Amino acid sequence: MTVWQEIVTIGLCALATMLTRFLPFFVFRSDKPTPKYIEYLGKALPGAIFGMLVVYCLKNVNVLNGSHGLPELIAIAAVVVLHLWKRNMLLSIGGGTVCYMLLVQSVF
Amino acid sequence: MAAERVCNNRKGIIRKAFLAAFPKTIPIMMGFLFLGMSYGFYMKVSGFSFVYPLCMSLVIFGGSLEFVTVTMLLGSFAPVQTFLMALMIQARHLFYGIALLEKYKGTGVKKAYLIFGMCDESFSVNCATKVPEDVDKGWFYFFVTVLNQSYWVTGATLGGILGSFLTFNTEGLDFVMTAMFVVIFLEQWLKEKKHYTALIGVFVSAACLVIFGAESFLIPTMICILCFLTVFRKPIEKAGGLL
Repeated sequence: MTVWQEIVTIGLCALATMLTRFLPFFVFRSDKPTPKYIEYLGKALPGAIFGMLVVYCLKNVNVLNGSHGLPELIAIAAVVVLHLWKRNMLLSIGGGTVCYMLLVQSVF
Repeated sequence: MAAERVCNNRKGIIRKAFLAAFPKTIPIMMGFLFLGMSYGFYMKVSGFSFVYPLCMSLVIFGGSLEFVTVTMLLGSFAPVQTFLMALMIQARHLFYGIALLEKYKGTGVKKAYLIFGMCDESFSVNCATKVPEDVDKGWFYFFVTVLNQSYWVTGATLGGILGSFLTFNTEGLDFVMTAMFVVIFLEQWLKEKKHYTALIGVFVSAACLVIFGAESFLIPTMICILCFLTVFRKPIEKAGGLL
């Protein structure tokens, strides 16, 4: 990417973000009920989108060759176990990342 | 004399709002400094100067999207995909906005910044806190928002700067993004009674990844997710699996 393409990419992310933040204040009025379909999407989308983002993070993992995605699998298991155990976001993220770094640097 | 009194009075109002808002943001400060620094490190080890996390945390100010943007910047230029991805990740703000319509009414010129800086955390504080009678609510919301953003910008920039001094082997540090999304996904999962939407997200994405490949699966995935959620709206709502 050239610098200009980088600026456009970052700018588009900012633009899309601002669109989602400002739109309700222009479109909806607090004295009128929100359309039911919009309300439904508001509740249904986050679960699906974060599922998508987990898959997105793993998009370049090759299960057929190399380490077969084992370090990712183990580290994700560590994140889940840590999180179910302590329910502390920082510990789960930090612990899982350290676990992954140890795995890719010294085991696989 | 009168003008001076008005001025002092105004200062008093602002100080009072700050003192009411700051304690509410302390837990967020911890989280944002940690995550922001991880994001700054991540950008640094991906080959970007600290100017990138600084600018991105200022103009985008959305953690999930900023992490994803790094991956986008490392790939080839794909403006349509970038824009749609950003819209989907940030779509939840639409609902924060709807919930805050009433609250942000009458906050004057500060309103533009309140909306600009509306992130998950500022939303939850501003939505959940009952501002005391004697505190100006416009200034209270303003300080919650501006403090939260300053924690994030500070963390991200510090991470970007300190990233150059990391002397240990940073291979695998990029897993911090995966770990973050796994935790958010898990939190979402634990909150729901039924997991239809989460499962749709994971399986549709995995299927599209296999069919379209890593470089071009995002747009079909987002379209399919919207279609599935729309087609199965009745059963999903009926199951009561939503929050």
